[in-house]
This record gives sequence, C-alpha cells and structure tokens, in this order.
Amino acid sequence: MSTATPTRAPQHDTSSGEQPGGGRVGGGLFDPRQLLTSFPDAVRKLDPRVMVKSPVMFVVLIGSVITTVLACADPTDWFGWAITAWLWLTTIFANLAEAVAEGRGKAQADTLRKAKTDSVARRLSEDGTSEERIPGSQLRIGDRVVCETGDIIPGDGDVVQGVASVDESAITGESAPVIRESGGDRSAVTGGTKVLSDRITIKITTKPGETFIDRMINLVEGAARQKTPNEIALNILLASLTIVFLLAVVTLQPFAVYAGAEQSMIVLVALLVCLIPTTIGALLSAIGIAGMDRLVQRNVLAMSGRAVEAAGDVSTLLLDKTGTITLGNRQAAEFLPVPGTTEDELADAAQLSSLADETPEGRSVVVLAKERYGLRERHQGELAHAEWIAFTAQTRMSGVDVDGRKVRKGAAGSVIVWVRDQGGQVGEAAGELADRISQAGGTPLLVAVEDGDGARVLGVIHLKDVVKDGMRERFDELRRMGIRTVMITGDNPLTAKAIADEAGVDDFLAEATPEDKMALIKREQAGGKLVAMTGDGTNDAPALAQADVGVAMNTGTSAAKEAGNMVDLDSNPTKLIEIVEIGKQLLITRGALTTFSIANDVAKYFAIIPAMFAVVYPGLDTLNIMRLASPESAILSAVIFNALIIVALVPLALKGVRYRPTSADRMLRRNLGLYGLGGLIAPFIGIKLIDLFLSLIPGIG
Amino acid sequence: MSSQIAGLLQLLALIGALALAYRPLGDYMARVYSSQKHYAPERWIYRAIGADPAVEMHWPAYLRGVLAFSAVSVLFLYGLQRLQGGMPGSLGFVSIDPDQAFNTAASFVANTNWQSYYGEQAMGHVVQTGGLAVQNFVSAAVGIAVAVALVRGFARSRTGELGNFWADLVRGVVRILLPLAVIGALVLVACGVIQNFAGIHEVGQFTGGTQQWNGGAVASQEVIKELGTNGGGYFNANSAHPFENPTPFSNLFEIFLILLIPFALTRTFGRMVGSLRQGYAILATMGIIWIAFTALMMWTEFAGRGPAFEVAGGAMEGKETRFGIGASSIFAVATTLTSTGAVNSFHSSYTGFGGGITMLGMQLGEIAPGGVGSGLYGMLIMAIIAVFIAGLMVGRTPEYLGKKIGTREIKLAACYILVTPALVLCFTAAAMALPTPADSMTNSGAHGFSEILYAYTSGANNNGSAFAGLNADTQWFNSTIGIAMLLGRFLPMVFVLALAGSLTEQKPVPETAGTLRTDKPLYAGLLVGTIVIITGLTYFPALALGPLAEGLAA
Repeated sequence: MSTATPTRAPQHDTSSGEQPGGGRVGGGLFDPRQLLTSFPDAVRKLDPRVMVKSPVMFVVLIGSVITTVLACADPTDWFGWAITAWLWLTTIFANLAEAVAEGRGKAQADTLRKAKTDSVARRLSEDGTSEERIPGSQLRIGDRVVCETGDIIPGDGDVVQGVASVDESAITGESAPVIRESGGDRSAVTGGTKVLSDRITIKITTKPGETFIDRMINLVEGAARQKTPNEIALNILLASLTIVFLLAVVTLQPFAVYAGAEQSMIVLVALLVCLIPTTIGALLSAIGIAGMDRLVQRNVLAMSGRAVEAAGDVSTLLLDKTGTITLGNRQAAEFLPVPGTTEDELADAAQLSSLADETPEGRSVVVLAKERYGLRERHQGELAHAEWIAFTAQTRMSGVDVDGRKVRKGAAGSVIVWVRDQGGQVGEAAGELADRISQAGGTPLLVAVEDGDGARVLGVIHLKDVVKDGMRERFDELRRMGIRTVMITGDNPLTAKAIADEAGVDDFLAEATPEDKMALIKREQAGGKLVAMTGDGTNDAPALAQADVGVAMNTGTSAAKEAGNMVDLDSNPTKLIEIVEIGKQLLITRGALTTFSIANDVAKYFAIIPAMFAVVYPGLDTLNIMRLASPESAILSAVIFNALIIVALVPLALKGVRYRPTSADRMLRRNLGLYGLGGLIAPFIGIKLIDLFLSLIPGIG
Repeated sequence: MSSQIAGLLQLLALIGALALAYRPLGDYMARVYSSQKHYAPERWIYRAIGADPAVEMHWPAYLRGVLAFSAVSVLFLYGLQRLQGGMPGSLGFVSIDPDQAFNTAASFVANTNWQSYYGEQAMGHVVQTGGLAVQNFVSAAVGIAVAVALVRGFARSRTGELGNFWADLVRGVVRILLPLAVIGALVLVACGVIQNFAGIHEVGQFTGGTQQWNGGAVASQEVIKELGTNGGGYFNANSAHPFENPTPFSNLFEIFLILLIPFALTRTFGRMVGSLRQGYAILATMGIIWIAFTALMMWTEFAGRGPAFEVAGGAMEGKETRFGIGASSIFAVATTLTSTGAVNSFHSSYTGFGGGITMLGMQLGEIAPGGVGSGLYGMLIMAIIAVFIAGLMVGRTPEYLGKKIGTREIKLAACYILVTPALVLCFTAAAMALPTPADSMTNSGAHGFSEILYAYTSGANNNGSAFAGLNADTQWFNSTIGIAMLLGRFLPMVFVLALAGSLTEQKPVPETAGTLRTDKPLYAGLLVGTIVIITGLTYFPALALGPLAEGLAA
C-alpha cells in the first residue's frame, strides 16, 4: 500500500521555531486540488437521506430548498437568488469537507483492493495427502492451505507447518520480507501477502470478506465508520442549539410584525443558517474521518473510532521495555579493569576478543572501543595466523588465539571456567566488579587473557540496556499531560528499577507474567483510569482485550491482532505515544471548531439584526458597529462569510489543530484564546471585508 | 453624600454581610443534608405522611416524590382559594375565579409567585398564611432538595442513590428555612414590618378621601418571601409597600435574605463534593455576573439624560424616594438574578436598558446566584455544557467533578437548556400573534412588547416579578403563564434528577494533570462566557425589539 507510507512531513512545517519536540503531531497532508476533485462527490451527497445524519446541515438543506422556491416565485429579486446560491454553496461546502476526507481513504482502499486479487487457494484435504485448487473466496475457517514460493496467501491464518519469508508490503508498505513460521509468536499470516521463498501450510482463521485486508479497506474507505460516543454527544448539543435558534428565528416573525417590520422568509432563513452552528456541523464528520486517516498514515489501523477517542483519555500507558523504552539489545557501556591492568589494555583485549562475535552485544564492544578509546576496528583478515573463536550460544564466549596469546570475552561463568582450565586464578576484584554491575541492573562480561604471564582476568565489560534517545523527555511530556507510564519487563526487579530510573518512567512491573499484566490493567481500570498497551504474543491477547486501547503489533499472532482494537503495521511499540497524541488532537480539533463556530454568532447578530430592524427602530443602527453598507449587503455578507469559513477551515479540520503535549490548563488557555476570542473577532473582520467588496457592485452598496 | 456613593456603600455592606454568613451557613446546610439523625418533630412528620426517611431513593423515586408532593400542593392551594368565600378569617373576600386560582396555585407551588391578583383586595388571612406562606416554605425546600440530589449525583459513585426526598424536604423546612425565617421575621418586625391579624381599616388620606388598609401576618410572610426566593408580596405593591419594607435598612436586609441561601449553597456544594475550591469557582461565576449586572444597572439608572433625570439625580420614576436609585437597582438585579420576583420599584419604569437588564437576568436562567436550589442546579447544568466544549479543547472526552459527560449526560443537559427558551419564546410569539392578548398592554411600541416578553420570561423562569403595565388577570394570561410556570419549574427538575441518577451510577475518573481544572479562574471565566453567549444568542432578537430598541432610541 504505497499511499499508506508514513507521512511525517507536516511536523516540520508546524514546529519551525518552536521548542524541540513541539507540535510533534503534525497533521495529514492537505492538497487544495482535493477540493476540486471531490466536488462531484459533494454534490452527490445532497441526497436528503444522507444529509439527515447531520441535523445542522439538514436544516441548511431545507432552508436552501425553501429559498429556492421563493426565489423562483419572484425571479426578479436578485437578493433572493444571491442568498439561495450561497445557501446551496454552504451545503455543498459541508459535503465537500466530508468528501475530501473520504477521498483520501478511497485512494488507499483502491491500492489495497489490487492486493486482494482473487487468489487461488490450494486447499489440503482432511488427511493432508491431496490438494485441490479452489477460489480464495470459498475458504472456510479451519481449512488448511499450502503456499509456496510466489503464491499469494489466500486468507488470514496461522502457519501450522514450515517456515517462509513473506512480502507483506501490500499491507505495511515495508518492502523488506519478514519470516513467518509455525508455532511461537510469528505464525500469523495475512491474506493478500506473498510468499517469497519456501513452503508453508496455513490454517485459515478468518472467513472470506472479514479478513484483515477487507477490514482495512472498509476502515480507510469509511464505509464501516460509525459515530463515536463523543461525536454523538457533540451532535446532540449541536442539535439542541439548532432547535434553540430555530425557536428564536421562528418566533421572531410575530415580534417583527408587531414592530411593523415583517421579514421576508428569505431573510429569516438567512438569519437561521447564520446562527445555527454550521461550521462545526459541516466539519464534524470530516474531523472524525481525518483523525482515523492520520492514524492510517502512521500505519496504525484503528478497528473503531471509539478506540481513537479512548486514546485521548488514556491515563496509564503500559510500555514493554524492550523495543519501546530500550533499544532491542544490550550494549557495552564501559570497560572496568581489575587492579594492575589499564583501561586501554582492557579495551584492546575486549575489542580483539569481540571481533569474532557477530551478536549485537559483541558489535557494541567493538564500537565502544573505537568511540571511547580510539581503537581502530581491526578485521579478522588483518591478523595472520589468528585462530578465531566465534561466539555461540553454547560456549557463550568469543575470542582469538594469536601470537601465542589467547584472549577471551564472554559470560562471567564461562570465562571463569576457561581461566581456571588454563591454570589461572580469578581475583576477587573481578568478582566484585561483576557483582556491582549486576546490582546496577547491567550484565557483566569478563575479559580474560592467557599469555606469558599466565591466565588471568583483565577486567569487566559493562553491558547495559540502552534507553532510546529522547525517552526521558517524552515521559516528562506525558507526565505533564497527566499520563502515567508503567514499564513492563521480564527482568528482575533490580534490573528493572535501574532502567526505570534511567528512562524516567513513573512505575515498573518486573518479572511480569501475562497474569500480572492483566491484574495491573484491572487495578488501574478499577480506579477509573483508561489503560493503553501494546502486545504481540498470544499470551498478550487477554490483556490487549482488557485494555481500553490495545495496540497489537502486525508481526504478532492473529490472536493478539484479534484482541486489540488497533494494529500497528510497523510493529513499533513506541507509536503508542503517538496514538495517544492523535486521539487528543482529534478531540481538541472538535472542541476548537465548536468554540469557534458558536463564538462566530455574535458578529452575525451585529450584522443582521440592525439590517432587519433599523428601519422601524433607527436606534438599532447603533448595533451596526461594522458600518455595513446596506441591509441587503449586511445579510448577504454574513451568509457568504458563513459559507466561506467552512472551506477556509477544511484544511484545519483535516490536518487537525496543532497539538503540543502540555498541561490541560495551558492547552485550554491557548485554544480558548485562539478559537474562542479568535472566533469572536474573525467574523467581524471577515464580514466587513466581504461587505466592502459587495458594496463595490452597483446596486448593492 | 451623593446617592451614587450611598448605593455603592450599600452594595459593599451587602457583600460584607453575605461573606460573613457564607461559611457558617454553607457548612451548616452541608451537615443538614449529610446527617443521619432525625429530630423528634421531623419523626412526627414522617409518621404523619407515612414516609421512611432512611430509604435511599433512585432518581425515578426521588422524582415521583417531587411531582406527587407538588401536585398535591397545587390541588390544595387551588381548593383553598376556591373555597375562600365560605371560610372564616377571610376578611369577607369572595372565592377566587378558577383561572386565577389555577394561576396562583401553580405560581406558588412553582416557587414563582407571579401574582395576577391584588393581595390586599383578594386574599384573606387563611389563604395568605395557611396557603401561600406554607408554599413559600415548601416550594423553596423542594428546590434545595433537587439541588442537593444533583450534588449527591456528583459526590456519590456507583450507587444510583440520591438520598431521600421526604427527608430532604422536611429538613430543608425544619432545620434551615424555619430557623432563619424566625430570626429574619424578628429583625423585620424590629424595622417596623407589621405582624397581626387585624381587619380592614378605613384611613383618611392627606389629600382628602379615604383608603382601606388591612393588617396581616406580613413579617412572617415577608421573610420567607425573600429567603425562599419566592417573591409573592402580601400587598400588591410588594416590597415597595411601607408595611412590607419600611426603611432603607429593612430594604438592604431583604436583599440580603434573597441572596443568602443561593450563594451559601455553593459552599454546601463544595463541601459535599469534597472540594471547596469547586464551590468557590461556582461562587465566583455567580458573583461576577451578579456584580456586573448590578454595576450596569446602577450605571444606566444614574446616567439617564434629560431634565427630569437631572433633577432627580437619575431615573427616579417608579422608585421609592426612601430607597433611591442605588438601593432600587441592587434590589431589582438581586430579585431577577434569583427566582425571587419581589420588587421594591417598578421595573417597567426603569430605563430601556435597565428593563433589559432585569429581563436578561431572568433569561440567563436565574443562576447568579439564582433561586434557592434552582440557582445551583441551573448553574451546574451550564457548568456541564461549558465543560463539554472546553473539555474537548484539552484533548479528553469531557468530565466534571470526576464524572464523564457522555451522550446521556449531554442529552439531559441539552433538554434542560431548551425548556425555558422554548416556553418564553413560543408563548410570547403566540401572545403577539393572537388578536386579544395584546389588549392587555398598557403601552404601545417596543415597551408594550417588553411587557409581554417580561411576563413570560418571568413565568417560565419562575421569577414572578411583573413589568407592570400588563393586565395579566385575563383567562389567556392566567392559563398560559400558569402552564409556563409549572412546565418551567418541573420539566427541568425531571432532567436534573435524571442527570443526577446517571452521574451517581458512574465510577469516578481520577484527576490528572491532563484533566480540565474546573476550580480555576480560567474556568470560571469560561463559564461566564458560555452563559452569556448561549443565553445572549437565544434572546438577542427578542431583546433587540424590546428593551434594546427602547434604550437605543434615546
């Protein structure tokens, strides 16, 4: 799915000049041309059966129809036609916002559909001896199918036999193949992906039409989109405001008649449309779709909008240590020589003995020697007559025999045995150093040598978990946002605490079993907290299901993917933090535009009320503080502003308002200033400008 | 001393007195509604009405109590008025007509005290003291009970239980209103308010001719009229009448009584939800609106232009010279920002803007500080609406006092804010559209429209004050205002109690740094803004054609 590659570009343009890390959640991309290409869809959405889902815009639609009828009845009334035209535009602009948001999903869905060509399944018979070719769409749960090099996997399932490399780029956008094998946590395969080598037998776990790729298509297309709880609640509030304004306008006519200023139906409809919260009503569903879309762009699939909303409310994050907080592997951090040995000697021996160790830990020793002690990396071929001893899981040691000198590096136990075997003694100093490292949560590796002076330990390499760059700052940010982070690890409490302290998480769960995780989630939830976590293994499934936001890694088992309410196609657990931020950004965008929309009304009253009644009560012209040219131009300007502001805010609705992790107080102050006060002031300026422009047209000013 | 300074000093004295009473009374009321003990007289009442005060009620049961009690009250009061002619102690007054009896019964049970009758010419001692004064106590206690039920909705979790209506009702009367009323009545009597059961006296006038005055248990009714934010005067002239409100001090004291309980309830609220700061935020919101309205009112009444204004030092028409502009303005704002509706001056005679301020005060929903109980629950509903919009802006689904504001909560809050605007606007529009109701207007033009707009605003919001000028004793006004008063009182209560029920079933959400702080000045400011904008937008067109047109014409 090439279109679904992560687009992180906007973060740069929004955060320029801000503090580092500010505005990290940029928005999705918005291309003004989308407004044009989506126009036909917007017109198609004028179907009343579609419009009725948004009560606010439905009222505008009815208003448009009424003014059209009235304009037809009096075809010479330019004002009626102008209002009618702009009311229709208001409705279409609202549909346009939604169409643009959906349009982006459609493009992604098309790409996905291509991957989901009608594959042919090679189904194994019950006894596993014969196979038949059937269309993939006829597969049932429990069927076993065979896939070989070049085959497209016909449906979602688990590998029950064999191991294969699979190209999952159709789903993840990642071109490097992944290994899928029977048993363990890497057994899940997804329909539509391609086997690159070897042969596997797959047990189908999903019905055709409900596979992962099908659900993905539905999701990005918005076909399965249901209103989220908060969206429903907001819709109710908007509907009730619409009713209030409907009452205010409908009852206005008798008052106006009494005052001797009976209003035309067209003016009343114009007033109503200006007052009801059309801005937010028009953009509400686009905001929701765009929020899901922002997740898709980060290669996260949310199975429900509810989960995205819940992400904004999360107050506890459970983060797996490995891969999320620390780099996947331990790395050498320092060399500690025993008395009588210099650091440089030790570094030299450590490097030499690690050259034959291709594990990440071994490489890190070479890197440390180079970076800290300036030791050029030597290559195995450089040393003549050297006998290399490669690291294996059995010996747990690596080293080299060269020039009558034997150097070894490895796990403490193995090296001690080796030294003793060579007739050497292990001093107490080495043991103390090793203990100290263990207590600090690290792993000691011993370096020993056997030369003319006999066998002896030179010193200890301190291997430790390396916390990813910037994690402490991120956790500080999360804390300011009111989110508690809990590190989950299988390490012993000592090691866990050391890493937790270094990373700056609030709490940790050491020697964690799936049951412990589950208990922790339930405990947090009992206190009213919402919990988010990531997981990939089958044993994570219950916890993923229990968590309010459960993000399953795409590399994980199908049980895990089934249990979570989001799937991260990149399988990057750190993304959980971004998911939370996207959830918050979605809610903030909704709130900001609602505030803006309501605040807008004040200016519209100041434009329309004097225009309607200054004839009978000249004093009311005092309220015309914008000094609008004429009653007609005042009302028309308000209606035009009301329509144009929707288009003007489409990019904001799609990208989401800028979000920076900070305390609720500061966020409220900022957004209230920007969208509350801004919403009060902006229309005064906008309406005045439109009026200035209109007054240039002969016959209006 | 100029009258401006006098008015300002009176306002400061009032704030000082309210501040002194705030803590002890607020804490006392919190204890009253949290206590497990029952006093002997209370137990007698429970036995008499067959209620078990220990039973915890879910919201439907609580609501049934409220509605049943109020329905019985309406019937009783209606019957009492209809039978007045045949009862002793009625000063010879005849029975009240059905439409007016309905209107008056609805009015006093709904804590409105809209009066389409002249007290001293229609109601005898039995109806006044045995019917109307009793309702002044119990209708106020019902209001506080519903507010307390909502507060329990926030304070309690996962129970669904809101307390016991009968216990709350009886305690409100016995432990709060009665003791305060006794003290207040003594102060009023000391000021010169009458308290007797004298008959009708014929007295001579300075200008010649005679006038009929009757006595009555005025002080005891006056005190609860203010304390319970009822507002129904013993005499038609209400608190402008020297028997009800003889001196500038009694005037200030009556304003104090009006504001006493509504403000103190914010402390009760803070106590009961376990965070006094939350109570202060609500208090601050109420206080800002109240002071701003009072300041605006004084400004517009003192700033009147023209020769008559200049001679009198401001808009003195319709105001008592013993109170002056300052004290009249303070009274007018206090009575319309609460659901009291007592008047010591004629709102109809205020400047155009001044009349608009009294109307807008009621249209805000009477929440600053509002009626006893109803002010608090009305303000909490607005707090929920404000939290809903602002809460989104901090990136969380909204919550208030640890309770999620979800679909159900917002639906009930939205219904609540729909009720009174719907009643006010629809009835006013009907009255303007129909041929006959407009005959009741004394004035024409914008002022005539204001009379009718004011009447329905006052009725639907349960205020009860009149703009004067409007002859409301017609079948149309008696019936429609009666209906507006009942619906305006009890429909919102249905939504408030349902909301309380929904809140109390929730489990609380713990507060974190990501939670919107609702106990900060920023939030109080936001709440003021929400209230002013939402109400302002609702009524702006109507106000533009009434008081604004009038005020801007000058």
